[in-house]
Amino acid sequence: MAFTFAAFCYMLSLVLCAALIFFAIWHIIAFDELRTDFKSPIDQCNPVHARERLRNIERICFLLRKLVLPEYSIHSLFCVMFLCAQEWLTLGLNVPLLFYHFWRYFHCPADSSELAYDPPAVMNADTLSYCQKEAWCKLAFYLLSFFYYLYCMIYTLVSS
Amino acid sequence: MSVPAGSPQPAASARSPPQLGGAAALGATAAAPAGPGATPPQQNGPAQNPVPVLPGYGLPSQSYLAPSGAGKMTSLPLGGQCGSYYPGLYAVPSSSVGTPPTANHPGAPQVFGRAAPVPPAMGPTPGSLHGAVPPAPHLHTSASQPYPAFVNHYNSPAMYSASSPVASQGFPSTCGHYVMPAVSNAACASVSYPSLPAGDPYGQHMFTSQNAPAGRPLREPSLSGPKPATSHLSPLPPAPPAPPQQYHQQQSVSGFNTLSWSAAGLPPAQDNLSRNHTGSLVTTNNNPPSTVADSLSCPVVQNAQPPKSSPVVSTAFSGTSSTRTTPPAATHPAEPVASVPQPPELLQQKGMQFGDYVNNRASSAPTPLSSTSDDEEEEEEDEEAGVDSSSTTSSASPMPNSYDALEGGCYPDMLSSSASSPAPDPVPEPDPTPALTTSQSSKIAKPFGYGYPTLQPGYQNATPPLTSGAQPSNTVYPGFQQYAQQYPAVNQLSSSLGGLSLQSSPPPESLRPVNLTQERNILPPTPVWAPVPNLNLDLKKLNCSPDSFRCTLTNIPQTQALLNKAKLPLGLLLHPFRDLTQLPVITSNTIVRCRSCRTYINPFVSFIDQRRWKCNLCYRVNDVPEEFMYNPLTRSYGEPHKRPEVQNATVEFIASSDYMLRPPQPAVYLFVLDVSHNAVEAGYLKILCQSLLENLDKLPGDSRTRIGFITFDSTIHFYNLQEGLSQPQMLIVSDIDDVFLPTPDSLLVNLYESKELIKDLLNALPNMFTNTRETHSALGPALQAAFKLMSPTGGRVSVFQTQLPSLGAGLLQSREDPNQRSSTKVVQHLGPATDFYKKLALDCSGQQTAVDLFLLSSQYSDLASLACMSKYSAGCVYYYPSFHTTHNPSQAEKLQKDLKRYFTRKIGFEAVMRIRCTKGLSMHTFHGNFFVRSTDLLSLANINPDAGFAVQLSIEESLADTSLVCFQTALLYTSSKGERRIRVHTLCLPVVNSLADVYAGADVQAAICLLANMAVDRSISSSLSDARDALVNAVVDSLSAYGSTVPHLQHSGLMAPTSLRLFPLYVLALLKQKAFRTGTSTRLDDRVYAMCQIKCQPLVHLMKMIHPNLYRIDRLTDEGAVHVNDRVVPQPPLQKLSAEKLTREGALLMDCGSVFYIWIGKGCDNNFIEDVLGFPDFASIPQKMSHLPELGTLSSERARSFITWLKENRPLSPILHVVKDESPAKMEFFQHLIEDRTEAALSYYEFLLHIHQQICK
Repeated sequence: MAFTFAAFCYMLSLVLCAALIFFAIWHIIAFDELRTDFKSPIDQCNPVHARERLRNIERICFLLRKLVLPEYSIHSLFCVMFLCAQEWLTLGLNVPLLFYHFWRYFHCPADSSELAYDPPAVMNADTLSYCQKEAWCKLAFYLLSFFYYLYCMIYTLVSS
Repeated sequence: MSVPAGSPQPAASARSPPQLGGAAALGATAAAPAGPGATPPQQNGPAQNPVPVLPGYGLPSQSYLAPSGAGKMTSLPLGGQCGSYYPGLYAVPSSSVGTPPTANHPGAPQVFGRAAPVPPAMGPTPGSLHGAVPPAPHLHTSASQPYPAFVNHYNSPAMYSASSPVASQGFPSTCGHYVMPAVSNAACASVSYPSLPAGDPYGQHMFTSQNAPAGRPLREPSLSGPKPATSHLSPLPPAPPAPPQQYHQQQSVSGFNTLSWSAAGLPPAQDNLSRNHTGSLVTTNNNPPSTVADSLSCPVVQNAQPPKSSPVVSTAFSGTSSTRTTPPAATHPAEPVASVPQPPELLQQKGMQFGDYVNNRASSAPTPLSSTSDDEEEEEEDEEAGVDSSSTTSSASPMPNSYDALEGGCYPDMLSSSASSPAPDPVPEPDPTPALTTSQSSKIAKPFGYGYPTLQPGYQNATPPLTSGAQPSNTVYPGFQQYAQQYPAVNQLSSSLGGLSLQSSPPPESLRPVNLTQERNILPPTPVWAPVPNLNLDLKKLNCSPDSFRCTLTNIPQTQALLNKAKLPLGLLLHPFRDLTQLPVITSNTIVRCRSCRTYINPFVSFIDQRRWKCNLCYRVNDVPEEFMYNPLTRSYGEPHKRPEVQNATVEFIASSDYMLRPPQPAVYLFVLDVSHNAVEAGYLKILCQSLLENLDKLPGDSRTRIGFITFDSTIHFYNLQEGLSQPQMLIVSDIDDVFLPTPDSLLVNLYESKELIKDLLNALPNMFTNTRETHSALGPALQAAFKLMSPTGGRVSVFQTQLPSLGAGLLQSREDPNQRSSTKVVQHLGPATDFYKKLALDCSGQQTAVDLFLLSSQYSDLASLACMSKYSAGCVYYYPSFHTTHNPSQAEKLQKDLKRYFTRKIGFEAVMRIRCTKGLSMHTFHGNFFVRSTDLLSLANINPDAGFAVQLSIEESLADTSLVCFQTALLYTSSKGERRIRVHTLCLPVVNSLADVYAGADVQAAICLLANMAVDRSISSSLSDARDALVNAVVDSLSAYGSTVPHLQHSGLMAPTSLRLFPLYVLALLKQKAFRTGTSTRLDDRVYAMCQIKCQPLVHLMKMIHPNLYRIDRLTDEGAVHVNDRVVPQPPLQKLSAEKLTREGALLMDCGSVFYIWIGKGCDNNFIEDVLGFPDFASIPQKMSHLPELGTLSSERARSFITWLKENRPLSPILHVVKDESPAKMEFFQHLIEDRTEAALSYYEFLLHIHQQICK
């Protein structure tokens, strides 16, 4: 029964993990909206609707872009915390995702100052379905890790 | 949470109509009063009359639409050409009346169309009708009773629509008319020229061929051509009789035809034709050459046609006849013979039969009955008169003759490329369309095809020797032939069967393994044609032209696993807004679409019974609406499968008001011009203003057309052109950080109201800035201003820029390191440096504004960043490196020609394009200039006829339960006349389940173009070397995958199926392309421009850019020549792109798409230099020469006619360079010799070895 640094880490990550889960859910919704234009085809072809739709796309992409950094930094914060708390197993579970995030962040077209989620680039069925899948996977991962953190938190609190 | 895309639609659509209708109605009413020019769609016909009729181009097709809302369909020649084309059609009738000028009147055609289809019940004979109709739309009423009422309706749209259900039914569509006249013509002709049967086709052909040229906009040369054609026209009347016969023959004896063909020793390619009319013609022509037909045809021709035609016939034959030794089977000769002696009545009967046939097939009017001898004579006269009066008429007249041509917008094309393509196909040709048309004229072979755009006939007649020796490019063909032979009867009977596959027949020619390392002459001597999908004859005939729509695999694999095994890219290449010579335009109250997937009804749907049809994309069963049950062609009820929508794979609908929420936008053009010191120094302003002045009247648009100008250096200058001013006012805005519009409503002015001011401005502009010392360029702010100006309406912004933007938003720095130009490692800066232009483009796209960029710069201008403004707003990019009016006259000339095309070509505004495909397939990546608005919807602010697109496909579900897959593109746009139109192309392909069949159907050109597009994406998102590796891997993978399917071949070198034998060559060409090459000094802008072109050029033009055509031109002969109009165009064989073909004694012409090089060898015959170049000897040829002098010598004429022929109808007018051996310019030429080794790249043979090595690893 000790309130160790590890226990604190787990408690904090529990809270942040909940945020990440919401991020993931929001991503899924956003990509779905990008993919599907909830309009009848005739409406879609309408120039007026076009403007609206385009604004929508740009707004979503803007938000997506805004969320990238928070998500990545929260997740890397986990890793740093677990490293400090010497929770090797938890760290090991998170490292693959950490590397993936690094790859995503730095692997973008050379000269573009923007991250991913550039409207013309993201409006590609391939990219969209990839992002969608990614979001689902992350949701699953965060959910599982949420319960794992919960378990670990209680375990560290109870043990020793 | 993810909702299937389709599901919301039905519900939404169900409720939307009322709303939409309401809104649309509002819009319409609002529009009508809005401006002088605002015309509701229905009124277009009348309203447009005042609009000047442009030569072909300018005349918007909409004028024909006038009947819109009426529920009838008109089959019109399409688009830009249609203008001239159409009048032409009708001109014939009009001439008979004695009023040739009326033909040009847009209204007249319609009328004619209506009147022409003589309903069986009606007494008037076609001839009389013709006479009556043409003069004026309304006049025709006198001729036919039912029409008067209609006419009235017609005039007043509102009334019309009210009564539409009834009225529409009453009116036969023009298509029907066409058929009718044809029949009557035929009958008449037969009477007057009983002996003509053989010769007729010629007349007709000549005719047809001319149609196209005449109709084509912009092609001045071709226009001149038609005149000769007119001479041919006279035979026309006789022509019709022939077709019926042939047709019958084909139908009844189709099996026989194929047999005879093969017997005749024709190249396999012609097999496909068997079902085509061409085939029959050829047979008739060829078979009898020694016997009846020849003798008949020649004299006949002579009689009927002016002397000019005769040479055509003879030459064409001479080529062929030699090769075809075997006289045909009994029937063929018999037919012609029989026909000759036939008394007029018999012929008439034939004609009637033909008519019937047409009816059956196409549901055309039943009428052949009415023709009488009087009519015939009249007809003849009409024809001749028409001929005399204008060249276009000639084109028009053939139309009626063939139903197919009429109905099938794409049919002609199809025939050329897909159906008959095996032999000569239009697609790969130097000039797709022009070639087609031109070729037709020369080609005798087709009885029917007006539309036959292709060279085929010529080739068939002339080139067989060539092709027979070398491998015919079409591989699919033989297989088909075999099939035909095996089941002769099936051809006729099985029209209702689905697609067939080769499985039952022996392996097709396209699968024949070729040992690439041992095959020295891999390049065929004739251009490569698109493979024909292996469908049954009926579907093949209906299928979309490969010019508009091509798939990389003409046999679609059943599963993704099979596709992965084949290692070939799967995708579509589209050229949706191509200039078409004819296209059925359908006006109907209800556009029939699938209720669940919204697919437009197309030839490949199946009718379960009379009242229901099954969608071929989603398999939903839909009801046939009441209106659709009535067939205006035949004026019969209950034959929905004979409606033109179901008879043509390419159709255009006039969209109802459901398709617009706001009134269609007017044509708005804004010019944004760089006037900094650099620009003034380059001198482009003069060319631009001059060109615009010349073409001001030809700008597509209606009375609402608006135009505006912005110039900029370090400040932005606006021009107030408001009507009433005595001279243009220049307004200068120097606050470039926050641009505002000084007088928002007088900057974009009505073209017609302010024409004088605009002209004043254009005359003044070139000299206004001559003394400027301003070197900065505030492009970004100028674009922002342009965006503000355009956002209320949308339209087109043309930006002329000559340097790096250096001020305000969007300023750029030079990123190019000249030392890295020839680096073999990393090429950087292929992506944009800033998001500014991309964002601006997206904003523009949202406001339906497209930005076209003309970059005329002498130094690095960061095209990679600037091009974004066009890329995402569906504009286009033109780049003129080192442009200078005086120092670089060839570029100046090119700019001038490009501008002419740019100003006068068709344009569609606020367009969207949606591509649908059969359930199980899905589209992912799109290539081209557009913005993807939702996953299958491309938003195109503007669409122009030179834009091509590519789509990558994947197979998501197994296609095992279907034998056919279909793809449909629907392009909804507002024409320049303010009319909403939908152009629909449908392509049908068979599904196969074996790897061999997949390889058999590979279309190597389409595959290479798709790969090029993918490689561009790859090099921007990843790196150039990645892209290059991917290209090489594409060959290695596919060839090794092929090798593993044919194990016993493995020992012997690098094997490839015939269909893919050019694959390594093309990939090597791609690797040596400016876009992808490394190690050779390439300026960054050049490289980026090449990438832009790859992304947005249609296949035909792209292929020439990737793999230029090389011809030897110092020994042009008439052997195998084709006849275009009155010109004889020699057809030299293609040479491979290797220095070994550059003999010192020769002169070679290289056609690179946008550039022509003529290379003169040091030892070149002085006769040639003197006769063609006009210089006494090699030494006296100047270093810079960009024109061939017009000399009267035979060889000069041949060379020039060949070059003109190649130049015809390409979007970028090529510039000609004469390159002397040993001149410094020859490096430019040599870099295109892609089969040779360079210091940085492998030769073709080495490349093959490299691939082989990779495969064996």
